[in-house]
Amino acid sequence: MMSLYLLIALSPLVGSIIAGLFGWAIGRRAAHVVTILGVAVSAALSLKMLHAFLTGQAEVFNAPVYTWLTVGGYEFSVGFLVDSLTAIMLVVVTSVSLMVHIYTIGYMQEDPGYQRFFSYISLFTFSMLMLVMSNNFIQLFFGWEAVGLVSYLLIGFWFKRPTATFANLKAFLVNRVGDFGFLLGIGLVLAYFGGSLNYADVFAAAPALASKTIQIFPGVEWSLLTVTCILLFVGAMGKSAQFPLHVWLPDSMEGPTPISALIHAATMVTAGIFMVSRMSPLFEMSDTALNVILVAGAITALFMGFLGVVQNDIKRVVAYSTLSQLGYMTVALGASAYSVAMFHVMTHAFFKALLFLAAGSVIIGMHHDQDMRNMGGLRKYMPITWITSLVGSLALIGTPFFSGFYSKDSIIEAVSTSHLPAAGFAQFALLAGVFVTAFYSFRMYFLVFHGKERWMENHDSHHAHDEDHEDEEVTADHHHGLSPDETPHESPWVVTLPLVLLAIPSVLVGWFAIKPLIYGGFFKDSIHIDAVRHPGMTELAEEFHGPLAMVTHSLTTLPLWLAIAGVVTAWVFYMKAPQIPAKIKSTFAPVNTLLEKKYYLDEIYFAVFAKGSRALGTLFWKVGDMLLIDGLIVNGTAKLVGAFSGVVRKLQTGFIYSYATTMIVGVLALVTIWFAQLILR
Amino acid sequence: MNWADLNLLPASTELFMLTAILLILLVDMCLSDAKRGITYGLTLLTLAICAVVQVSTYTPYPVYAFSNMFVADPMGGMVKLAMYATTFAVLVYSRQYMTERGIFSGEYLALSLFALLGMNIMVSATHFLSLYIGLELLSLSLYALIALQRDSVQATEAAMKYFVLGALASGLLLYGISMVYGATGTLFLADVAKAIAGGSANHVLLVFGLVFIVSGLAFKLGAVPFHMWVPDVYQGSSTALAMMIGAAPKLAAFVFVLRILVQGLGALVADWQGMLVILAVLSMAIGNITAIAQTNIKRMLAYSTISHMGFLLLGLIAGTPEGYSAAMFYTIVYVLMSLVGFGILLAVSRAGFECEKLEDLRGLNQRNSWYAFLMLLAMFSMAGIPPLVGFYAKLAVIKSVVDIGLVWLAVVSVVMSLIGAFYYLRVVKYMYFDDKQDNSPIVVRADMKLVLSVNAVALLVLGMLPERLLMLCVEAMKQSLNAL
Repeated sequence: MMSLYLLIALSPLVGSIIAGLFGWAIGRRAAHVVTILGVAVSAALSLKMLHAFLTGQAEVFNAPVYTWLTVGGYEFSVGFLVDSLTAIMLVVVTSVSLMVHIYTIGYMQEDPGYQRFFSYISLFTFSMLMLVMSNNFIQLFFGWEAVGLVSYLLIGFWFKRPTATFANLKAFLVNRVGDFGFLLGIGLVLAYFGGSLNYADVFAAAPALASKTIQIFPGVEWSLLTVTCILLFVGAMGKSAQFPLHVWLPDSMEGPTPISALIHAATMVTAGIFMVSRMSPLFEMSDTALNVILVAGAITALFMGFLGVVQNDIKRVVAYSTLSQLGYMTVALGASAYSVAMFHVMTHAFFKALLFLAAGSVIIGMHHDQDMRNMGGLRKYMPITWITSLVGSLALIGTPFFSGFYSKDSIIEAVSTSHLPAAGFAQFALLAGVFVTAFYSFRMYFLVFHGKERWMENHDSHHAHDEDHEDEEVTADHHHGLSPDETPHESPWVVTLPLVLLAIPSVLVGWFAIKPLIYGGFFKDSIHIDAVRHPGMTELAEEFHGPLAMVTHSLTTLPLWLAIAGVVTAWVFYMKAPQIPAKIKSTFAPVNTLLEKKYYLDEIYFAVFAKGSRALGTLFWKVGDMLLIDGLIVNGTAKLVGAFSGVVRKLQTGFIYSYATTMIVGVLALVTIWFAQLILR
Repeated sequence: MNWADLNLLPASTELFMLTAILLILLVDMCLSDAKRGITYGLTLLTLAICAVVQVSTYTPYPVYAFSNMFVADPMGGMVKLAMYATTFAVLVYSRQYMTERGIFSGEYLALSLFALLGMNIMVSATHFLSLYIGLELLSLSLYALIALQRDSVQATEAAMKYFVLGALASGLLLYGISMVYGATGTLFLADVAKAIAGGSANHVLLVFGLVFIVSGLAFKLGAVPFHMWVPDVYQGSSTALAMMIGAAPKLAAFVFVLRILVQGLGALVADWQGMLVILAVLSMAIGNITAIAQTNIKRMLAYSTISHMGFLLLGLIAGTPEGYSAAMFYTIVYVLMSLVGFGILLAVSRAGFECEKLEDLRGLNQRNSWYAFLMLLAMFSMAGIPPLVGFYAKLAVIKSVVDIGLVWLAVVSVVMSLIGAFYYLRVVKYMYFDDKQDNSPIVVRADMKLVLSVNAVALLVLGMLPERLLMLCVEAMKQSLNAL
C-alpha cells in the first residue's frame, strides 16, 4: 500500500520538477503532457482508493515513511495517514486538479510563462496531497505552508502587474497571521500532549487533559483544550479565509482563473475545514471553541454573501460566493457535523470549480474583460459555457436534486439540531445567506448570459468602471475587452471539456453520495463525535430517509423558498425592472458604500496594521538597525574583526621562532591556569 | 615474549599493508615514468584489499595483538575503513594534478601508504609507545611528502616548518607521557587508567603531564594556540598534499586523542575538559574570524579546518559516549566535506595554473555548473545549512555540550558558525554571481569526476538520511568503550 500512496503523492511532484526545471528544454507541449500525466496517475489511483474505502475493502493506513531527524526525543518524520477522510480529499484534489490542468492548456495558451504555470499547479497538487495525507502536525504544517507558498506564487503569477504583486503580498501577510496562531497551537500540542506530534498519540493523550488548565496571563486559568483548539482554528481562519482574516481571498483573483478555481475555491481554502475535521477528537472536547467556530462561520457566510451582491467583476462575485460557502462549511464544523462539512467541501469543490472555470471561459470570450456590465446575452454565443454555468449556479443555490442542495440543506439541518448557544445566530445567518446566495448567483447569471449585449453599446464605459479596485494599469495592458463590432466565441474544447466533466458531478454527486458519506458510517474511523454532548448528527440520522425524501421534505421548509425568492428577485431586478437596483442604490447610499468598501476592513487593516507596522519598522530601522545594529554591531563587528585579524596576522609572521614561541606560551598558560587551580584547591 | 602473545590476526590488515608497500616499492623500481600507472593501480588495489580484510576480520568486541599493545575494535575498524576510502579518494583526485607537476612518482604513492600505515597504528595502539610510533610514522611520511616537490621554495619551507614545529610538539607529548609514566609506572593505557582510578598516582604530576599531552595533541589536531603551522603548511604544500594532510590524519588524530584522553586518562576528565574548552573556544573564534580575512582559498580552508577542530572538540568536552560518537561523526563528515572542497580546487587547477585565490573561482558556474554545484554542496555543508550533513554534525556536537549543561559554550559555537557562514557563502557568491574571467575549459579524468560527484552528493544524501551513519558511530563507540 505504501508504494501506492507514495505514487499518488509523488507523481505530481515529478511532473512539476520536469516542467519547472526542464520546461525550457522540453517545450510547451511536453510540459503540459508530463504534468497532466502525473496528476492523472494520482487521480486514477485516488479514485481506486476511494472505491476501496466505499466498498469497505481498504484499511486505515497509518505508518511513517521517512524519519528526517530526531532531536531531543522529538521526531520529525514524514508519515501517511490514509483513511476515508483522506480518500475523499484525495479524490477532490486530484480530480479538480486534473480538470484545471486540462483547462489551462486553453486558458494560458498565449502566456509566456506556460511551463512555469504547469509546474506550479502540479507542485500545488503535490503539496496539497502531502497536507491531506499527513499523519503528524509537522508534515501538516509543511503542506500548509507549501500550498500557501504556491498560492503566493500563483496569485502573483503575472508579476509585472502591480495589483498582482500587491495581492500576493497581502495574501502572504494575512496568512502569516493565521499561521502564527496555527504554529502556537502546534506548539501547545507539542508541549502538553505527550510530547509527540503524531495525530494518533495526540488524540490518545487528549482525554486525560480535558480539565487541564494553563495560565497565559498570570492568575487567569484557561482550559488547555480550548486555547489549543482556538489557536488551531485561527490557522484554519487564515487558510480558509474566515472573517476577519478573509480579506486576502477576493484580491487573490488577480491570479489566472484556473488557479482561482483550483486553489482559491476547490482545494487549498478547504484545507482549514479538512484540518478541523481531522482534529475532531480535540475540537469535540471544547464547546467554547465550537462556539467560536460557529460565530466566525456564520458571520462569513452571511456578510460575505452581501458583498457578492455589489460586485461587478465576474470573478469577484464568485470569490465572495466562495467565502460565503466556506462560512457554511465552518458552521457545519461548529455544529459537530464534520462529515457534513466534508460533504459540502466535496460538492462545493465541483460546482465552484465549474463556476470559476465557466467564468474564465466567459473572460476568454470577452477578451479578458471581467466587468459584467459589459456582458449580457452571451448564451447565444457560448452555449456550453452557458449551460454549464446554469448547472453550477443551480447547484450553488441548492436546487433540489443538485449536489449543492444535499450538502447545504444538511448543514442547515445540522445547525438546527445543535444545542450550542451560538447555534441560533448561525442558523439565522445561514437561512438569510440562502436568499443572498440565490440573489447574487442569478444576478450574475442574468447579467452575463441574458439581456442586452452591452459590449456593443458604449465601449469606453468599462475603462472608467474600476474606481473601486485599482485596476487601471491592468485595464491598459491586459483587459483589452471586446470591441463593439466583435462577437464572443465559444472557447476551445480543452476549456469546455472540463466544464462538462465538472458539471456531471455537480449535478449527481449529492444524490449518490449523501447516504454513504454522512449516514453510512463512512467516516467512523476518522471523525470522532462526542454523541452525548453533541447529539446533532444522531438526530439528523434519525430524520434521514433517503435523497428523494429530502427533496419532498424541502418543499415544506424555508431554505428552498428563500432560494426561489432570491432567484425571482434577481430576475425582477435585472431582467424586468433594471431601474430598481439603481433606485435602491441611491436610497440606501450609505449601505451601498459600506458594501462597496467591503465594510472598510481593508482600510482599517491598512491604517492600523500596515501603517502601524511600518511606523514600528521605521522606528526599528532608524534606532535599532541604523544606530545599534549597523553602527554598533555590524560595522562595529567588522571593525573589530578587522582589527582582530590584523593582530592575528601580525602573530602569523611566517617565522618558525614566533610560532614556536606561541606554542610555548600556550603551554605555559595552560600550566599556569591548572597549577593555580591545584593550589587554590 | 612468546609467540602466542603476539596473536597477529587482529593486525592482519596492517601486516598486509606493510608487505604490499614493500612490494610496491620493489615493483616501482623497475618501472619507467610512463608506466607509473601500474604503481598507482597497485596502490589502489592495496587499499581495496585492506578494506576487504578489515571488514572480514571485523569483531564486535576488541581483540588484542602484540602483547596487548595493539587493539582491533569496532571504532578503530570503522575509522580505518573511512581512512582507506579517504586515501583512495585523495589519490584519485591528485593523480592528474601530480602528473602535471611531474611529482606523480612511486615515492608519492608509497609514502602515502606509509602515512596510512602510521595512522592505522595510531588508531589501534593501546600503549604510549605504539601510539608514538604510529604518530611518528605518519609525521615523517608527511614531511617527506611535502618536501617531494624539492625545487619549490614554498614547499620546502612548508616541510621545514612542519618538521620543526612537529618535533617540538612531539617533544611536548613525550614529556607529558614521561610524567604520566612517572606517576603511574606503566605505559599501557588500560593500566594507566587503573592506576589513576586506584588513587595511587600523584595527582600534581599527572596534571602536569596532562597539560603537555593536551598541548601535543592540540598540535596534531591544529587547535589554537597550537595551530600556526596549519595555514602555512596548507599554503606552502601543493594542493594535493594540503588535501591529504587535512583529511585522513584528522581521523587518526581524533582516535589518538580519544585513546589517550578517554581510555587512558579518563579519570582526569574534569581537568582536560577545561583545557579542551579553552582550545575549542579559541579555535572556533580564531579559525572563523581569521578565515574571513583570507584571500587565498587554501589558507581560508586551513582556518576553516581549525574552526572545525574546535567543533570536534565540543563532542570530546561533553565526556559522554554520545559526545564521543558525535565527535566521531563530525570528524568523518568534516573529512568528506574537505575532500570535496580540495577536490574542486584540484579540478580547476591545471598544468601551469594553481587555483589558489578566491578570485580563481569566479564564475565557476558559467564555466562548469556541475563542479560549481558540488562546491556549493561542500560550502553549504561546511557552513552547516540543512539539509546537508554538516548541519547534523554541528547539531550532534552542540547537543552533546547542551546535554551536560554547558549552554554558554553551545551559544558561542552557534555564533561562531554564523560568522563562519559568511566566508563559505562568499565562495558561493564568487562562483554564482560573478562573471568568469578565465575561459579555459575544466578537464577532469572520468574516474575523478565520478568519485568527486559521489563524494559531494553523499553530503546531500547523508544529510537526508543521517540516522544510519550516526547510529553506526554510536554503536561502534559503545562497543569499543564498554570493553574497558
